[in-house]
Amino acid sequence: MAQPSTFNKAVRIGLITGVVALSVSAIGMVETFDVRDIITGVLTLGQLLLFSTALIAGYFSWQKGEGVSPAGAVLRGLVAGLLTAVPPILLVIVANLWPDIRNSFVNVSASLIDILTFDQGMVTGSLILLAVMGVLGIIGAAFDLLPGRVQKPLLYGFLAMLGIGLLSEILLLILRPYTPRALLNFLFGAKGITPITAVIIFIVAAGFSAWWDVQGKNAAERRRVNRSPSTAKQLRRLNIGLLIAFILILPLIMGTYLTEVADIVGTFILMGLGLNIVVGFAGLLDLGYVAFFAIGAYVMGLLTTQSDLGIGGISFWAALPFSVLAATLAGIILGVPVLRMRGDYLAIVTLGFGEIIRVLVVSDLLKPYIGGAQGILQIGKPEVLGFVFVQPEHYYYLILAGCLLAVFVSWRFRDARLGRRWMALREDEDVAEAMGIRLVSTKLMAFATGAAFSGLAGAIFASRLSSIFPHSFNLLISINVLSLIIVGGLGSLPGVVVGALVLVGLPEMLREFAEYRLLLYGALLIVTMLLRPEGLWPSPVRRRELHEADLERESDEAEEVHSMA
Amino acid sequence: MTNILETRKVVKRFGGLVAVSDLTFNIPQSSIVSIIGPNGAGKTTFFNCITGFYNIDEGDIVFNGRSIKGRSPDQIARLGISRTYQNIRLFNSMSTIENILAGMEPQLRSNWIGALFHLPGTVKEEREALLEANRLLDFVGLRGKGDDLARNLPYGDQRRLEIARALASKPKLLLLDEPTAGMNPRETAETTEFIKHLRDELGITILLIEHDMRVVMGISEHITVLDYGKKIAEGKPAEIQSNPQVIEAYLGRGAAASATIEVPA
Repeated sequence: MAQPSTFNKAVRIGLITGVVALSVSAIGMVETFDVRDIITGVLTLGQLLLFSTALIAGYFSWQKGEGVSPAGAVLRGLVAGLLTAVPPILLVIVANLWPDIRNSFVNVSASLIDILTFDQGMVTGSLILLAVMGVLGIIGAAFDLLPGRVQKPLLYGFLAMLGIGLLSEILLLILRPYTPRALLNFLFGAKGITPITAVIIFIVAAGFSAWWDVQGKNAAERRRVNRSPSTAKQLRRLNIGLLIAFILILPLIMGTYLTEVADIVGTFILMGLGLNIVVGFAGLLDLGYVAFFAIGAYVMGLLTTQSDLGIGGISFWAALPFSVLAATLAGIILGVPVLRMRGDYLAIVTLGFGEIIRVLVVSDLLKPYIGGAQGILQIGKPEVLGFVFVQPEHYYYLILAGCLLAVFVSWRFRDARLGRRWMALREDEDVAEAMGIRLVSTKLMAFATGAAFSGLAGAIFASRLSSIFPHSFNLLISINVLSLIIVGGLGSLPGVVVGALVLVGLPEMLREFAEYRLLLYGALLIVTMLLRPEGLWPSPVRRRELHEADLERESDEAEEVHSMA
Repeated sequence: MTNILETRKVVKRFGGLVAVSDLTFNIPQSSIVSIIGPNGAGKTTFFNCITGFYNIDEGDIVFNGRSIKGRSPDQIARLGISRTYQNIRLFNSMSTIENILAGMEPQLRSNWIGALFHLPGTVKEEREALLEANRLLDFVGLRGKGDDLARNLPYGDQRRLEIARALASKPKLLLLDEPTAGMNPRETAETTEFIKHLRDELGITILLIEHDMRVVMGISEHITVLDYGKKIAEGKPAEIQSNPQVIEAYLGRGAAASATIEVPA
């Protein structure tokens, strides 16, 4: 036997993951997720969730450098895996002995028990579960015994298989119009991908990963090094061009449903870009960000609606600047009283501001003017030369234009004096002030820019849905936007896009997540903070130091400018 | 010689505690002046009063013939007073060169419209600022580390960067709060030389808080001693070294009779 202390670790992790397995089962996640097949007839999302706990337990049951022998490692994995199975088995037994438990734990249903016991009844099923979890624990533990060049392909192959299986419904939706029926039937089951497809994906992904590590990476690196600066620049342009072309034709590929999802994601990207300026650049924690979204939407609604509430009945394009302007002004108005506040205090006040706007919108006081809980209907649609925007595809391009504008503005501001002031403010407000940075204008500029983006998002949102209701503008939107920029990487522009895709796009596409959305956010935030505090796609350090050659050239140029002036 | 900074009977209280009391003192143009005193004597508080971080309760502070009493820190920075901190306070998640650029703030004029449309004036200003920042990088010996994050720099480099950032605003008066704290003897000697160099080459007036007597006695032309917020002595290094009141404040009453402050060779 090895030292008992390392076995303690396996026991501890096994118990933790066991409790996790029990929780996800008892709150109904396993059962809800069981309807989605990843690999037809083999693995459902619910099972994946359940089984991954044992895999994780096994993986963390020992660590390299603890002097554990391979056999010891496998043994630890087994212990952790078996322990992970214990709490769910207890749940099965309890549910069998006292069926009344369902009155209190509504999610402990017969079908959940069937999932946990593989439809084999209490005794046999429990034993199977124990065995499966034990084996998975061993696999998890053994994974770390493998050399890195084997680990990576296995992991990527596995992840590719699961990812594609998970999104099979969407792939099917996209491929259906172009692909022969026979091929589709071969690739996809009733739900999920067929086992053969899964194996093919695994082999391809793992094979590619292995090839990349052994040869591809070096070859690519060689080519990159040998490339002349001008070719590198051309290639970059080509890549960006291809990316833009891809984004432009995306709605044609995706179809209406997915384009609608893209519209929602795009709206959140636009808001995320705005909040990224306030929180990511300037470090001002704003929890009432939805207020500006609401203001943009309501101004758009009131100015363009055909119903009795309307003020102008003017066109979308004429109303758009007013929406953005109103949100910007609101940003400044909120900014002034909170200039002297920091951190938590700022967060609380902005939270209150968001609530004030929401309460005002539903209030009876303003009902005659802005519709109260009945909201505003018949909001105007944009029109270009007689062409009216109706379909999600049309709005896709409008939102895309908004996002591109916001990216451009963020990017220009970030790299300018203003961006430096924001970041200095974020890093240390007192020092920033002592360096001569004017706090008032710097903070107000951040609030105003952030609010303007949000107002733009709100205006497009109102027009896209053609009706708005107060309950669309709750605190949850603020939390969503904040979470997505944290997960993506605070202060990073690509991070906002990645964050929105993960936190908004995925739950929209996988409807089972809807109920557990907040849980998912919480879990993702914690995992991000623990494993990747800088976010999924952090912003790189901008290289600005000039080297000898640049310095001389720059000096010459500067002198030329001087002599010309 | 004209005085660049004059404080007149400055009082700063925190509740019942008088942190700075009736402090009157002058800093001649282009001199190196040190403030010394035991811990808690009010030295850093006095710095905070000069830079506008604290509002003084009584008295007046005159910089270059203008009262700066009641002005905000950013206004005072723009008038030409810059500082470093006892516990280094850099913009940690920004690169070295961006720290310096941020310090240039009082020199810059461009606005957001120029930034958005890349107007010629803004582009030119940014380019010149970048050049200047690179020069400062060289000046403080941080060439090659411009793109490192400030937090990843070694301790000594962080101290240098803080000075570079303070210099970026082209100050007339530079306040250094224990610039050699935590340095080994060699680094201390280098920093001392560097401070002298700043004054000699750039003509910047320097006000120094320092505990290392070798540094203080080596470069100061004038020393002021604080204890409990009061000025207990001032004069040239030699006078301070033999002042009984100073020795008492540092070493206690018993020692005062026989000792002088020892300056290690």
